[in-house]
Amino acid sequence: MTSDNHPVAPALSRRTFLPRIVRRETILGWLFVLPALAMYALFVLTPLVLTIKYSFYKWNGVTPAIWVGLKNYLTIFQVPDLIGTIYNAFWLVVWFSFIPVGLGLVVASVIHRVATGRLGAIARTVLFLPQVIPLVAAGIIWGWLLALPGLINQILKAVGLGAITRAWLGDFHWALPAVGVIGIWVLLGFCTVLLLTGMTKVDPSLYESARIDGASWFKEFLAITVPLLRNEIGVCLTVTVIAALAAFDIVYVATAGGPGNATAVPGIQIYVLAFAQRSVGLASALAVMLMILVVVVIIPIQWLSRESAQ
Amino acid sequence: MRVARGELWVGRAFLLVLMTFTILPFISIFMTALHPSGTVPGGLEWPAVPQWGNFVDAFKVADMPTLLASSTFIVLAVVPVSLIISTMAGFAIGLLRIHGARILLFLFVFGLTLPFPGIIIPIYFLERAVGIYNTRFAIVLPLIGLYMPFAVFWMRAHFVNMPTEISEAARVDGASSWDLFWRIHVPLARAPIASLGILMSIWTWNQFLLALVLVENPSQRTMAGALGAFQGHYATDIPLLCAGTILILVPTLVLFILFQRQIITALLQGSVKG
Repeated sequence: MTSDNHPVAPALSRRTFLPRIVRRETILGWLFVLPALAMYALFVLTPLVLTIKYSFYKWNGVTPAIWVGLKNYLTIFQVPDLIGTIYNAFWLVVWFSFIPVGLGLVVASVIHRVATGRLGAIARTVLFLPQVIPLVAAGIIWGWLLALPGLINQILKAVGLGAITRAWLGDFHWALPAVGVIGIWVLLGFCTVLLLTGMTKVDPSLYESARIDGASWFKEFLAITVPLLRNEIGVCLTVTVIAALAAFDIVYVATAGGPGNATAVPGIQIYVLAFAQRSVGLASALAVMLMILVVVVIIPIQWLSRESAQ
Repeated sequence: MRVARGELWVGRAFLLVLMTFTILPFISIFMTALHPSGTVPGGLEWPAVPQWGNFVDAFKVADMPTLLASSTFIVLAVVPVSLIISTMAGFAIGLLRIHGARILLFLFVFGLTLPFPGIIIPIYFLERAVGIYNTRFAIVLPLIGLYMPFAVFWMRAHFVNMPTEISEAARVDGASSWDLFWRIHVPLARAPIASLGILMSIWTWNQFLLALVLVENPSQRTMAGALGAFQGHYATDIPLLCAGTILILVPTLVLFILFQRQIITALLQGSVKG
C-alpha cells in the first residue's frame, strides 16, 4: 500500500497556493482535534501531573499540604506492607498473564487442530463469556465458589482431597493464588480467541505439510505456532500484564486486599491510603510508581514482539 | 487433515474440561440463588423447593429499574460524545495529517499505558472542587477523557489507511474539509465506529473504580458500581447475593449472545490496535 505517502506530483503542480491551503487545513484540523484533546488534557493529563505533584507532599486532603520531597517514595520502600503490594502485583502477573497466555496457546492450537467445526465455535463462545461480564461479578461469583461451603471445596471432598479444603480467600498462603485463578477464568478466553485468530492467518499449507510429515501436536506447536504468533502473543501479554499490575475490581470484591495484606495490590493500596486513611501524598507516590512500573514492563514486551514480527 | 484418533479424543476431552471450568461458576450461583434466602447451601446443590421468588426480592431490593436507568443514562452520555470527538480527532490526525500530528498521536498513545488507579486521586479532588462529585457526571466526564487515547488511536488507524484518492476526488469537486469529513469519510467509517461504540458501551457498563470513588449513591452509579454496593449490603445472604448478581449479569449476557460475533471481533481488534 502506498496510501501512506503523499502523492508528490499533484502537490508540486499546486505549489503556488499550497501554503494557504495547508495553513487553513492545519487550523481546521486542530479544531477537529480540540474537543478530544481538551477532554484528555482535563481528565487524564491534568490528573497525571497532579498525582506527581501530590506525591511530593504530605496531605490529608483537607488541611494545607506540606512539602516533603522524596520522603513518600522512601516510605514506600521501607514499609513492608507498601512495597509488598508491588511484589504481589508481580505475583499476579504469573496468574493473570503467563498462565492465561501459555494455556491459551495450548487451547487455541488444540481447537485449531482437532475442533475446527462446531465444537470449536462453541468452545470459543463459552470460553469468551467471562470476558464480557463485569469484573465485580467475577469477584462475587468466585468469592462464593472459593468459600468454605463453596463449590471448589465440594469438588475437592468428592475426589477425596477433603483434607486440603479451606476458606481459600481467607488463607494467608492461598489467597493470592486463589485470586489468580479468578484472573485465569476471566482472561483465558480472551487469550485463546485472540491467538486462534492469529493461527487462522498462518498459511494452512504449513500445517498441512507438517501433518503429512506426521508431526505430533507438540512438534507442530513448537515449530510453527509459537514462532509465527509472536505478534499476537505480544498483544496478549501486554493486555494481561496491564490487567495484573493495575488489578483492582476483582481483588477489591473478592478479598479487599486481605487477609492481612496477603492480596493487597497497588490499586487497592492506593484506594485505601487515599480514601480511607487520607494519606493522599503517600497514595500518590504509590500511584506514580505503579504507572512507571507499567511502562517499564510494557516497553520490552512491545519491543520484542514488534522486532521479531518483521 | 491427518490427526490421530487418540489425539482427537484427548483434545476434545481437554476442551470439554475447560468449558466446564468456565461454565460451572455460573451454574453454581444459579443453583445457589434458588435456595431459601439467608441459608448457606452447598456449592452445587439443587434445592428441595426452588425459591424463584429470590429473583423478585433481589429485583426489588437492588431497585433494578433505577439501576438500569442510571447505567443506561451514563452509557448514553459517554458513548455518543466519545464517538463524535474521537472520530473528529482521528480524522484530523490520520487523514488530514495536520502539523503536529505525530506529536498528538504520541501524546494520545502514551495515555494507553496509564492505569485508572494511577490518576483517580486528583480526579476525586478536582470533582469535589467543581461540585460534580456524587452526580452521574462525576463518572461521565472523566470516562470520556479516559477513553480518548484508545478511541483516537482506533479511529486514526482507520483513517490513515483510507486511500488519498477519495479525498482528492472530493476536493476537486470543491468539497470543504467539513464536507469531506461528514459527507464522505464518516459514512465510510461506519464499521470501526460501530465496533468502538460496542466496546465503550461494555466498558462503561462494567466500570467500577470510578463509580466506587466518585459516586456514593449506588442508584447514580454504573451497573458494576451498583453491584459492588449490593455486595456490601448482602454479603451474608448468599442466595440473595447470587440472585442479584445474576439479574445484573443478564443484560450483558443477552447482549453478548445476540451480538457475539461483533463483540468478540471488536474486543480483539481493540487489543491488537492498542
